[in-house]
Amino acid sequence: MLVVENLSVSYGAINALKGISFEITKGEIVALIGANGAGKTTILNTISGIVEPKTGKITYNNKDITRVVPHEVVKLGISQVPEGRRVFPKMSVLENLEMGAYTRSDKQGIKQDMAEVFQRFPRLEERKKQLAKTLSGGEQQMLAMGRALMARPQLLLMDEPSMGLAPILVEEIFNIIAEINKTGTTILLVEQNAHMALSVSNRGYVLETGEIVLKGEASDLAQNPDVRKAYLGE
Amino acid sequence: MLLQQLINGITLGSTYALIALGYTMVYGIIALINFAHGEIFMAGAFAGLFMVTVLKINIFLSLILSMVFCMIMGVVIERIAYRPLRKSSRLSALISAIGVSIFLSTLALMVFGADAKGFPDNTIPLIQIKLGPAEISSLQLLILGISAFLMMALEFIVRKTKIGKAMRATSQDYHTASLMGVNVNRVISVTFALGSSLAAAGGVLVGILYNSVSFNMGLMAGLKAFAAAVLGGIGSIPGAMFGGIFLGVAEVMGVAAGYSSYRDAIAFAILVLVLLIKPTGLFGQKIQKKV
Repeated sequence: MLVVENLSVSYGAINALKGISFEITKGEIVALIGANGAGKTTILNTISGIVEPKTGKITYNNKDITRVVPHEVVKLGISQVPEGRRVFPKMSVLENLEMGAYTRSDKQGIKQDMAEVFQRFPRLEERKKQLAKTLSGGEQQMLAMGRALMARPQLLLMDEPSMGLAPILVEEIFNIIAEINKTGTTILLVEQNAHMALSVSNRGYVLETGEIVLKGEASDLAQNPDVRKAYLGE
Repeated sequence: MLLQQLINGITLGSTYALIALGYTMVYGIIALINFAHGEIFMAGAFAGLFMVTVLKINIFLSLILSMVFCMIMGVVIERIAYRPLRKSSRLSALISAIGVSIFLSTLALMVFGADAKGFPDNTIPLIQIKLGPAEISSLQLLILGISAFLMMALEFIVRKTKIGKAMRATSQDYHTASLMGVNVNRVISVTFALGSSLAAAGGVLVGILYNSVSFNMGLMAGLKAFAAAVLGGIGSIPGAMFGGIFLGVAEVMGVAAGYSSYRDAIAFAILVLVLLIKPTGLFGQKIQKKV
């Protein structure tokens, strides 16, 4: 579904990505794990079209999307839940969700998806008139996820959904990620929390300072001594 | 007496508010003080004057056409003078804006000459309406009515329409808005179009109010409206409306109190005070650095 080949990105003199290649098959959850500054967010933002790559190629459903602008990428069915949630603080929960459906014009379908989001996240329905900035961190994460789902994505890019959340909430969020995947959405999950990420994923890649150093089945990676040492605190 | 000054002040202030809205909307989205905005106001006044005197078009239609003219002008200016500098430092765009401002006022000087021109006397039939101890003229009523209508229309567009929501989203988080599928360049164009059309309306109304249209009218009006936008909190739409009216009332009251030679200084004294005491303005929000 998504093939990334030899992707390099630099910010001025700093090489954030040094020739990364990976792929995602339809229906999978793929985890990209790595420490802060490894280049995880850069990968997502390059796929979304916010960051322009120096070299390399991104192919999505056999279409070259390497230099496609962000709003066109969304129309192709790729949505992102950005790092730090990035809900629109001075817009209501409802308006945030409407922004998620910005590229769509099927009123009936939007209404139906909105109902589905509220079913998945009942807290959001209770607070639909509130401004997003008044929500708690967990609620904002739910809103960011609901907002991305409103675009009816085929591929969902999630950037550190566990960041800054209490452990019990992290578990809830990851359960929901697995559920979203079961309804047919392919997911690329970027995480520092390797344990949780690998527990819901099919496959994983380990990223270190802009390079992929390990890849494999999620269950194998979770058992890998190097991974356990570096990311699972052993 | 007080009521009379209040009426005069609110009338003047509502024209400042119309101009201030353009500053604040553009700043809210791309963090640029569009110093050419005052010249768009001037261009609007000339466009209206040209249509009324040369083409003999009805004043209301002239007002609308002048708004359309400046709408296009605003979009074109953004395209050629600001968009290529989007990724450079903010200072470059600011200098470009000052350049556009000088270019437009010089162009107007060359085309229309240095002396002020006036609208024909019968543009708006003048009737004085008694309002208790005070009087309000048909012209003042018209200015108030048109300003109020335009501001309500703007509020409706920004609050309720899809493009308005995209504008708010873009001003709150530029990158995330594009991740929602918002074509940010289009939103910026629409912002310039709306802001410029309001300035054009302000230009025509001020031109009739003072019966004077000149190549340098944009300078002072633009600076005062900028002060109004800062007073209200730059980036805030209600702030610009309030700031404009407040400034208009303060100016008229100052003149009525006998400080007429300080007329133009009042706005800038307020600007200095705001920057000293509450730099974010009355309706402004604390600027949060995004990490």
